[in-house]
Amino acid sequence: MSDILDILLAANFWAAALRIATPLIFGVLGALICERAGVLNLGIEGIFTAGAMAGWMAAWLGAGLWGGVLVAALAGAAFGLLHAILTVPLGLSQHVSGIGVTLFATSLSYYTYRTALPDVSSPPRIEAFQPLDIPILSDLPFLGPALFQQTALTFLALALVVAVGFVLYRTPLGLAIRAVGDNPSAVEAQGLSVMALRMGTVVAGSALMALGGAFLTMSAFDAFFFGMVNGRGWICIALTVFASWRPGKALIGALLFGAFDAFQVRLQTEVGSFVPGQIFLMLPYILSIAALVVVARKADYPRALLKPYFKGQR
Amino acid sequence: MIRFEPREHVSPLRRVAAPVVAAVAALAVASLAIAAAGAPVLEAYGLMAKGAFGSAFAMSELLARATPLIFTGLAAAVAFRAKLWNIGGEGQLYAGALAAVAVGTGALALPGPLLIPTVILAGALAGGLLMLIPALLKVRLGADEVVTTLLLNFVVILFVQMMLEGPMKDPMGMGWPQSEPMLDEAMLPKLMDRMRVHAGLILALVAALGVHILLKRTVWGFETRAVGENPEAARHAGIPVTATFLRVALLSGGLAGLAGVGEVAGLKGYLTADLSPGFGYAGIVVAMLAGLSPVGAVVAALFIAGVFVGADSMSRAIGVSNYLADLVVATSLICVLVSGLFVRFKVRIVRPGTGRGTA
Repeated sequence: MSDILDILLAANFWAAALRIATPLIFGVLGALICERAGVLNLGIEGIFTAGAMAGWMAAWLGAGLWGGVLVAALAGAAFGLLHAILTVPLGLSQHVSGIGVTLFATSLSYYTYRTALPDVSSPPRIEAFQPLDIPILSDLPFLGPALFQQTALTFLALALVVAVGFVLYRTPLGLAIRAVGDNPSAVEAQGLSVMALRMGTVVAGSALMALGGAFLTMSAFDAFFFGMVNGRGWICIALTVFASWRPGKALIGALLFGAFDAFQVRLQTEVGSFVPGQIFLMLPYILSIAALVVVARKADYPRALLKPYFKGQR
Repeated sequence: MIRFEPREHVSPLRRVAAPVVAAVAALAVASLAIAAAGAPVLEAYGLMAKGAFGSAFAMSELLARATPLIFTGLAAAVAFRAKLWNIGGEGQLYAGALAAVAVGTGALALPGPLLIPTVILAGALAGGLLMLIPALLKVRLGADEVVTTLLLNFVVILFVQMMLEGPMKDPMGMGWPQSEPMLDEAMLPKLMDRMRVHAGLILALVAALGVHILLKRTVWGFETRAVGENPEAARHAGIPVTATFLRVALLSGGLAGLAGVGEVAGLKGYLTADLSPGFGYAGIVVAMLAGLSPVGAVVAALFIAGVFVGADSMSRAIGVSNYLADLVVATSLICVLVSGLFVRFKVRIVRPGTGRGTA
């Protein structure tokens, strides 16, 4: 019991939790704004992969770390535009289109990586984002190491939670985005374009998702590996429901998830000798299913989610 | 403005043309990727065609590769008919394979004629029961099955790894995480001497025919389609919606499980954790190319298998990455979605203000 307390009270445990949560924060924010606008974006898993590959490759080719982040966001936006075209003006099944975008973005990323680097035995590395050493704050006991020794991308994620929350709840644009996912004909009656709002939101949301991927190759690791996204995108879709489509709750959900994941890694070192490692690796997926199941009954889905809308429709 | 007007009558020709156009478009898009890799496009496609169709060996490889794709394609087609989004074919495939090795490596001392059906049944049951979990979570608790089936894929593959490193590890496997070999009597017979194509193909074709009859000619199939078109209306019409979802889940998961049975009992002879290069996900593409038709799934599976087998052979010859195959498969899914629109709708460009359309 005291072992568990020791783990939970260690600053490096919370530092790890925040680190694990960072890509999920990007992903859930992206997924939730898409869904708020009425479009489920199952392209997320592939967009993560594309962001991870494109960001890393741009940095590796000399675009700089922030150049890489920008390239990742643009790659995400491009795949988001594809999903937006298929699901908004063409009104195709959001489920199937999303799976199509995931397969397309993933295979294109792998093909590009393999074509650019045909015969490397170990993946080339870049100089990744380093933890910011903020004077004074980083030296605070406990909080310093847990909060203030993260990389710039983690702070970007936290800032985006605030920014997305502000836009959604404090601006006319946010009001329109929320309305277009609930009652699109009312939005059209106001003289706004349902199509432009939905497409714009899906493109922006997809760019956010890609940043989650970029974090993996440019901050958490310093190289690109096949299969490295490993279901994180799908986990974000589950967490979005868990967070009831709210940015603040998305942050809490991602942090809880990160804390749990960091905890299981530490638990593994304690009891790993008699429990197979795969049990621990399964836990994040099972936890995501559980998170979805507990909120499923009372989940307040955006009312027009999955429903295509055509101009003049009543 | 673009406007879609539903067609009152969809000609069969149009229905068949949609996936063909999509497949050609996907190959055209992929040719850009080949050119980007600096390889000669025509030569690459020539090598792919030769690798997939150019010899008896190539044909055998093609049919062997198509076998699991027919099963996973049928699994997706059946589920999607009822709008039950089973994206968990990959996990169900592994569950089927795991069950097949569990009963087929010596645990059951049955004579051959009984052992093979037992192996097949065990695999189908494992896949079906696995799919029953997300289906129950959907109908009882309202949990979205897309996410649960996707996440279960990861859980199942980890479970398979755990079994292969633990209780089911082959002690004679030189330390590799693989299962013991299937008993000879548990193996599906080969269809041709010294070729890999096996009786699983026959099973897949029978399954396609069976699913076709089930969907077209039975009350059960009618209920499945009705639930897929409008669950609320189906409920009002007295159709048991929940029971239909659960039956569809069992059938869909069972079919995907059979894909795993075929791979271990027909092809490999033992189980490893890298048994499937994404057959479960490719099955979704097969189903969509087939327009969710079981017979169409056979044709679509042959196309997708041809792309995979051809790309492997082309990749060995001129070094273009065989991820090209995945790219073609993904692109054909997107293309068939779009070409399907032209089957179901007349697409008109409407000038703003006039309300009158020009085609």
